[in-house]
Amino acid sequence: MATGERQVVFSRPESLAPVRMHYCPGCTHGIIHRLVAEMLDEFDLVERAVGIAPVGCAVFAYDYFNCDMIEAAHGRAPAVATGVKRVRPDLFVFSYQGDGDLASIGMAETIHAAARGENITVVFVNNAVYGMTGGQMAPTTLLGQVTSTTPFGRDAKTAGHPIRMCELLATLDGPAYLARVTVTSPRRVREAKRALRRAFEAQERGLGFALLEVLSTCPTRWGMPPEKALSWVEDEMTTQYPIKEFVCAEELRGDKAEGDS
Amino acid sequence: MRPSTHRQSETKAMPIERGKRILMRGNEVVAQAAMDAGCRAFFGYPITPQNQIPDYMARHMPEVGGVFLQAESEVSAINMVYGAAAAGVRVMTASSSPGISLKQEGISYIAEAELPCVIVNIMRGGSGLGNIAPSQADYFQSVKGGGHGDYRTLVLAPWSVQELYDLTREAFDLADRYRGPVLVVGDALLGQMMEPVVLAEEVVDPSSLPAKPWATTGARGRPHNVINSLYINPPDLAASNMRLQERYQEAARREVRFEGEHLEDAKIAVVAYGTAARVAAGAIKEARAEGVQVGLFRPITLFPFPSTQLAEVADKVDTILVVELSAGQMVEDVRLAVEGRAEVRFMGKCGGVVFTPAELVEAMTSLAREGH
Repeated sequence: MATGERQVVFSRPESLAPVRMHYCPGCTHGIIHRLVAEMLDEFDLVERAVGIAPVGCAVFAYDYFNCDMIEAAHGRAPAVATGVKRVRPDLFVFSYQGDGDLASIGMAETIHAAARGENITVVFVNNAVYGMTGGQMAPTTLLGQVTSTTPFGRDAKTAGHPIRMCELLATLDGPAYLARVTVTSPRRVREAKRALRRAFEAQERGLGFALLEVLSTCPTRWGMPPEKALSWVEDEMTTQYPIKEFVCAEELRGDKAEGDS
Repeated sequence: MRPSTHRQSETKAMPIERGKRILMRGNEVVAQAAMDAGCRAFFGYPITPQNQIPDYMARHMPEVGGVFLQAESEVSAINMVYGAAAAGVRVMTASSSPGISLKQEGISYIAEAELPCVIVNIMRGGSGLGNIAPSQADYFQSVKGGGHGDYRTLVLAPWSVQELYDLTREAFDLADRYRGPVLVVGDALLGQMMEPVVLAEEVVDPSSLPAKPWATTGARGRPHNVINSLYINPPDLAASNMRLQERYQEAARREVRFEGEHLEDAKIAVVAYGTAARVAAGAIKEARAEGVQVGLFRPITLFPFPSTQLAEVADKVDTILVVELSAGQMVEDVRLAVEGRAEVRFMGKCGGVVFTPAELVEAMTSLAREGH
């Protein structure tokens, strides 16, 4: 290579549409979208992937990915994904859902898709709050956390306890891959990408239900500057929601899934 | 005793013969009609009195390479329909009244997202848990929208097992033509009864159906497709809604179906659909034998409602007698259609109670005695 010849070493993934996203400053949805798009590129899926967008902050995800997209009713993404995947098993089907969507109104759809071992990939963005509707309590809101519907902090006596989805789903036989990651630092992002690769690989190999929970920030609804929000994930959320691989089918422990970057 | 590992279905012993009269149960005919129409996916949830539909699908859908899935709820079932329809496949769900209520959210989304599918409601007594007896109390829910928003669904109302077959098949064509959900409404009596039926010798090969270029089947060689009912900008949603309204108006012009019997000399026209019409037809024969000049006007499409055609009948008769298995629902559409051209009387039974022909004969003869 001649000296001075330049080559592209970093660019927008082809699966990510070149449009301006609506996410708030400091929100980590953008990073998670990028990771999903990188996987769509890596597995060469853009021409046979169908993504299911949720109701919540990621509702416009259908504008951000270049693959075919379906916007589902609140919480119903796993059922919609099931409908697509069952009639077109050749397609790669993923849903992208928040905590209110997946763990509250869509709890039944989530658990039963997992129990059936539905061969789909779920990206679960857990930021412990309803962002889009104004910062209400989510099923994953931490005890003591102030939200617009727990103005004095979440009290277990009246508002119940946070739900740990990965732990809950790990009791089932259907999931082929379950893990919780976060994207608060470059190292965490790399780990998240590795986990996401496995969640994609699980479907491509027909192993069953795969879900990746990503602890995410919501500086706007948490009322914190972005940097403090990142620390809050590490200091508070990971205590309640440990970063961990809960289920990983034997077949996924091969070379490709181990790869970094 | 250990439970049997498999159960004989009523039809297993007797393979279906096409093109000749055979005896089949209404619910099973609905399922067979769907498969004959090229339906290759069924998502449902157990509820009486429609259970033979999913049972039949579970047994026979694999024979045609289709998908049967028992969902965890009616809510999930209709959203699986949403997904399968988005992927371009002919798909159906079936339920009964309380289950159809649960599906309304999904039906609203399916209508706005312009996805073809067929939804069968084998109606039972309501409200609430009600009972499992025949009823037509879901008329409002079926024809006025049911879920939130400005949408409509085409509604077909068969009155015999043969019509369950013919109209369920046709429902799939209508769903594709108007790109939306089509409802087929029967009731416990129609679903459970066995009658002679002739199944068509020609069945639809799904691969012969017109392509659906809007479907989410992978963005190969084209920009990505999006199936969506969200239009955040109000003028965009208004435009989408108005486009759908135009489609409903087109359906109203082209798809109205009804049948008339003995209307030529009638002074009384009974308006009834489905099971109520079936009972009324028998009663009309008896009443005519007693000299009462009475005929039957039977809407087959409940939406679009045969308003113009009914108004023409109203011009010629003295009295319209609306007979429904409800506390009075279709009668409102009848009054709107008739616009005072004739007196409109109502006779209803609700809560799963069905008319006897004698009760209807008595009603007709007493109307005639009143001088109508």
